[in-house]
Amino acid sequence: MRVIAAMSGGVDSAVAAARAVDAGHDVTGIHLALSRTRQGARGCCSAEDARDARRAADVLGIPFYVWDVSAEFSHAVVDDFVAEYSRGRTPNPCLRCNERIKFSAVLDRALALGFDAVCTGHYARIVAGPHGPELHRARDDAKDQSYVLAVLGAEQVAACLFPLGETLKSEVRADAAARGLAVADKPDSHDICFIPDGDTAGFLRERLGDAPGDIIDAESGETLGRHSGAYAFTVGQRRGLGLTVPDEQGQRRYVVAVEADARQVIVGTDSLLGVRTITADSPVWCGTPPGDPAALAVQVRAHGERVGAVVEHDADAITAHLESPLRGVAPGQALVLYDGTRVVGSGTIRATHARAE
Amino acid sequence: MTQARSYLDHAASAPMLPEAREAWLAASEAVGNPSSLHTSGRLARRLVEEARESVAADLGVRPSEVVFTAGGTEADNLAIKGLAWAGADEGRRRILCSPIEHHAVLDPVEWLGGEGFRVEWLPVDSLGRVDVDALEAALDDDVAVCTVMWANNEVGTVQPVERIAAACAAAGVPYHCDAVQALGQLPMDADLPGVTTLALSGHKVGGPVGVGALIAPRDARITPLLHGGGQERDIRSGTLDAPSIAAFAVAVRRACADQVEVAQRLTLLRDDLIDGVLAAVPGAVLNGDPGRDAPGRLPGNAHLSFPGCEGDALLMLLDAAGVECSTGSACTSGVPEPSHVLLALGVPEPVARGSLRFSLGRTSTPEDVDALLDALPGVVQRASRAGSPRFGSR
Repeated sequence: MRVIAAMSGGVDSAVAAARAVDAGHDVTGIHLALSRTRQGARGCCSAEDARDARRAADVLGIPFYVWDVSAEFSHAVVDDFVAEYSRGRTPNPCLRCNERIKFSAVLDRALALGFDAVCTGHYARIVAGPHGPELHRARDDAKDQSYVLAVLGAEQVAACLFPLGETLKSEVRADAAARGLAVADKPDSHDICFIPDGDTAGFLRERLGDAPGDIIDAESGETLGRHSGAYAFTVGQRRGLGLTVPDEQGQRRYVVAVEADARQVIVGTDSLLGVRTITADSPVWCGTPPGDPAALAVQVRAHGERVGAVVEHDADAITAHLESPLRGVAPGQALVLYDGTRVVGSGTIRATHARAE
Repeated sequence: MTQARSYLDHAASAPMLPEAREAWLAASEAVGNPSSLHTSGRLARRLVEEARESVAADLGVRPSEVVFTAGGTEADNLAIKGLAWAGADEGRRRILCSPIEHHAVLDPVEWLGGEGFRVEWLPVDSLGRVDVDALEAALDDDVAVCTVMWANNEVGTVQPVERIAAACAAAGVPYHCDAVQALGQLPMDADLPGVTTLALSGHKVGGPVGVGALIAPRDARITPLLHGGGQERDIRSGTLDAPSIAAFAVAVRRACADQVEVAQRLTLLRDDLIDGVLAAVPGAVLNGDPGRDAPGRLPGNAHLSFPGCEGDALLMLLDAAGVECSTGSACTSGVPEPSHVLLALGVPEPVARGSLRFSLGRTSTPEDVDALLDALPGVVQRASRAGSPRFGSR
């Protein structure tokens, strides 16, 4: 196959590209320029990552180009991230990037230019199933990234190559070292790539400004304090509330809801964080849609735990009735459905309920 | 890489001439700093001075007017900043510049704009030619430097250098000319009345990368960029690179000696390329001066837009087919920007983004052009499917 290998400059995507070459594919390396903030006077993105990706491509002996997707990224990922927070939701930008950039804009362009697939260093597996290619969890469960890929439809899954799905992260580093790739010991990236200092609240404050409001007790309705922007709070968060009034039982208080329109941050005890029912919209099926209802497992954040659930769905919504409660489920997060290791599909969480409904 | 490559990017860098390489190797065997006083030092210095005389003879100037630099960018920076700083001492605070200069000119000018100089951009027409009447009107005794290139590196348009130089001379304004692309392609007289300084580069004409020259008369007032040992008339300190300078002189000698013959051959080849592309790709547009009658276009330059395509997609697919070209000036990171030259010519941004420069040189053959014409229709078809100016999305 003719394959576009998206090379971030990290060890995973470099080894993934190397393995695609080993598998006999005709591989072209692409570095996606996602941002123009770290650049010189005329937009030459001089980021070290681009150089690392180029050097990996040199070692592999494959052609290498930079594709500028900064405009699309800024619109579809960064603007969306800010807008979602301003509505009191908690988005996952990596998932949005996979959905709108890597496996959409880039995949579309690759296919139009005569390529057959896009290869990345994601930890997930593509497995041949009875109804076509299926998306599965990686063998290395600790590194599994299937959660952020669950926005891919069947057509996109069919054009993906994930050569790291059967491998442990430690093996990937060893493989990179054996191949002479300089990125073998490069640290993993953890932060949101467009917030390199990790200060998400500061990033949002710059863009959304001051929007002060009240911090309200979920049970008594009493105003406990003030905040300078509800967007800085996420369901399940405990720190940064600045509350001086202790709870009657001396229990810790958590954010249990964010009401963006009323600029209210609702707080309460741990017991209010348990969720038994989740509704989500914009369903995407990674392959054949499940039965209705179906007994599946659900996961609500990257690397989060999975719990069993009975799932109902129609064209516009998914409702998951959980077997045991999940804590800290925020609107905006993705509800991802699994059948064993197979990723069934996903939706965007709109509402949660403490009761089994 | 076993595939035959058709190299159509001579304006970015040309293959080194074998005799330039030999000159470099021979000079590299000698030891000695050209500024040292002993025998070895004098031998090294002799290589440099012979090279200086050779370059001076080829360009019609005196040896003392040749200042060796580490390339075209340094020569441009030295001339523009040096003339501007020296001019400021006399109260000259204006800079006149065309908007289609190479970044080696544009960026120092813009930088000076932030340092207290007033930058005025000269109008250009849709072919990329500077409006000399507007230039004449802008000239005055408060202009520190006027800078207009001899020929444009992207679209190949040749400027009316003689008229610009005459106008600057009449107004008593120093004129800097970036002649990096013109050398070897156009007849060149560096002693043209009114040209104060002229920038040249080695690797565009078959010399090594990292060496060039600024042609500057003895009485030109130029403040140095580099202070140090006082080499090169005290305006360009730094140990002289004898091997590179010797090789540069060989390349300049060949460029000037063969200019007429090379220009004639490349003009025919270029016109075949342009005609072939326009015939093979409906909708393709030639940018710059057509250059059919007068020498209005660099003989080796063909610059075309392919509306509906992105330049970097075209480049990638041509590269895969063994044909090497450029989307504009080379950029270190590889992120393509719409060309400031095309935008200044009034080309709409989406069309500017779908543009390619093919540049021919001494080693170009009809087979190179044939390879391009074979690959291009399929490449354009694919690239137009991928869309423009931005990627499609679901």
